[in-house]
Amino acid sequence: MIEITVKLFAQYRADHFKLEKRVYPKGTAVEGVIIETGIPIERFPIGVIMVNGRHFQESHILEDGDILSLFPKVGGG
Amino acid sequence: MSDKIYRVNMKDLSYKIEEVPEEWMGLGGRGLTSTIVAAEVDPECHPLGPNNKMVFAPGLLSGTIAANSGRNSLGAKSPLTGGIKESNVGGTSAGIFAKLGVKALIIEDIPEDDSTFYHLHVTKEHVTIEACPELVGKENFEVLDAMLERYDKKVAVMTIGTPGEQRMLISNISVKDPKGKLRSHGRGGMGAVMGSKKIKVITVDAEKYKETHLADPEKFKAANKIFTKALQDNPISGEGLPAFGTNVLVNIINEAGGLPSLNFRSGNSENAEEICGEHMAENIKERGGSTTHGCHAGCVIQCSQTYNDEEGNYLASGFEYEMIWAFGANFGINDLDLIAKIDNLMDDIGVDAIETGVTFGVAAEGGLLEFGDGETVYKILSEDVPNGTPVGRIIGSGAGNVGKLYGLVRVPVVKNQSIPAYEPRAIKGQGITYATTPMGADHTAGYAVATNILNSGGYIDPLKKEGQVALSRNLQIASAAIDSTGMCIFVAFPALDDPACLPALIDMINARFGINLTADDVTSLGARILKTEHEFNLKAGLTAADDRIPEFMKYEALPPHNAIWDFTNEEIDAFWDF
Repeated sequence: MIEITVKLFAQYRADHFKLEKRVYPKGTAVEGVIIETGIPIERFPIGVIMVNGRHFQESHILEDGDILSLFPKVGGG
Repeated sequence: MSDKIYRVNMKDLSYKIEEVPEEWMGLGGRGLTSTIVAAEVDPECHPLGPNNKMVFAPGLLSGTIAANSGRNSLGAKSPLTGGIKESNVGGTSAGIFAKLGVKALIIEDIPEDDSTFYHLHVTKEHVTIEACPELVGKENFEVLDAMLERYDKKVAVMTIGTPGEQRMLISNISVKDPKGKLRSHGRGGMGAVMGSKKIKVITVDAEKYKETHLADPEKFKAANKIFTKALQDNPISGEGLPAFGTNVLVNIINEAGGLPSLNFRSGNSENAEEICGEHMAENIKERGGSTTHGCHAGCVIQCSQTYNDEEGNYLASGFEYEMIWAFGANFGINDLDLIAKIDNLMDDIGVDAIETGVTFGVAAEGGLLEFGDGETVYKILSEDVPNGTPVGRIIGSGAGNVGKLYGLVRVPVVKNQSIPAYEPRAIKGQGITYATTPMGADHTAGYAVATNILNSGGYIDPLKKEGQVALSRNLQIASAAIDSTGMCIFVAFPALDDPACLPALIDMINARFGINLTADDVTSLGARILKTEHEFNLKAGLTAADDRIPEFMKYEALPPHNAIWDFTNEEIDAFWDF
């Protein structure tokens, strides 16, 4: 098993959490965490995925100790 | 009635209403202000002397029903950067100028008698120029109240506080918004230029104006419908911005390691969770207030807000990411309510959020005050700056000058203008924009954050150099064009990702004027504006050596990614190959 720090932002926080350490089977991809957390990706599609502060795709395989940050589409300026 | 150029001379307190020269006909907003400044202002003039001019111009679509078209441009030579400046603002001035038929308001020269300040009132037929000794020494909200007492409540108001009167480089020009609060022509020390011309306040008559003329109203309406839908359907302009405001950026920029903190020592802030947009939205929900507020009539994005204290009393509106970053992450105040209180004070006295916030960061580095000491910030801004004490003058001189006064190396400015809320080392496309824009470090000039961080308009790795110069160039050309339409820069989000958006915008311009612009024409317009501005700067004495990121960023690695600024001069200068 691997431990992942999952951080949620913007609309994903409603009815969920800001930051949790969660355990997943080895070989879990980002996509697996998105599904497991149940964040509302149909209403608010995934905008940005970061692992340890770098951008990745949903297929990226996570490693023990990774910090995964999930954002819907956000912007400003 | 066709639009006219209103020209005021402050030396003899006279005005003329002129026909629009042929070559200015198709221009508006930034395209027009930069063209007029380049044509009429000696690039070598002192920005606070008689030969500088202020040029206000509404965008091409301002005053129409087009969604988000209410931005007003102001051009001049900047006393902060020594180069050309265009600073645009929401509020009500663009729409009212356009409906009155004011294509541009040009203000020249300086009064011979500098013992008082003047009030300019623009109507369709006249410009009244009268001394206003009763307003001297007053701050913006008091001036606003006095104008609302005298005129119709819809009157447009542009005013400076005491920092502008004292020609401080952090001063801005404040503009009344639809709710009677203030927005700002923020950057470049434009308040100092207005102060140098001894103008305290400009009002524009909103009683006798007419709807703007549309060459093809049906086509215009149809295009506006498509355009509005593109803004509302886009997840950023339609969902994220109304829900969390621009401050939603604190967390994502922090997570990416690009949130400049404690005077650009780190790309992460330990205050992020305290000051972020999600926390702000929670507070607004609990305390009353509103997450949605448009800075101008016709805004469908409504990214602004009303922010109250714990007792439900008003603290601030227009409480933006840049302000919260500057004082929260970069200066280190971990109390959103205190930042809001400072924000409202800064609206009242009229100083730029970015320049002032970064200046306090540099001042803390120099030891004038401690990082995070918001109470002292409040005291300096409420007492020292208005009274022009030596400390007030130091802060009022901007980050670059404070860095020199205190003998510092870590001074985050380009062309002497403070770098905004995105670290150039960790968001390199944005760094190219800061280096090359003729405006001095300015995030809105070419918002590469969109493609480096937000996955808008594709994705280019923020920590790598590849593709950044071309990205910044394309965005700067597009932004120069958008800044000419009167559109809010946030239309860029749907424009980057929704193929229906830009054609609808161009259709509206065509239907407004009865012309046939193509997308290529709009791109050429943007490129021409940038080149005109660049040429002005070269004549003003700026060189390629001014298109540079501060040297410390080349050798101080920025946590958490240990990023450095690693572009060669040749790579940066290739920006201008177009």
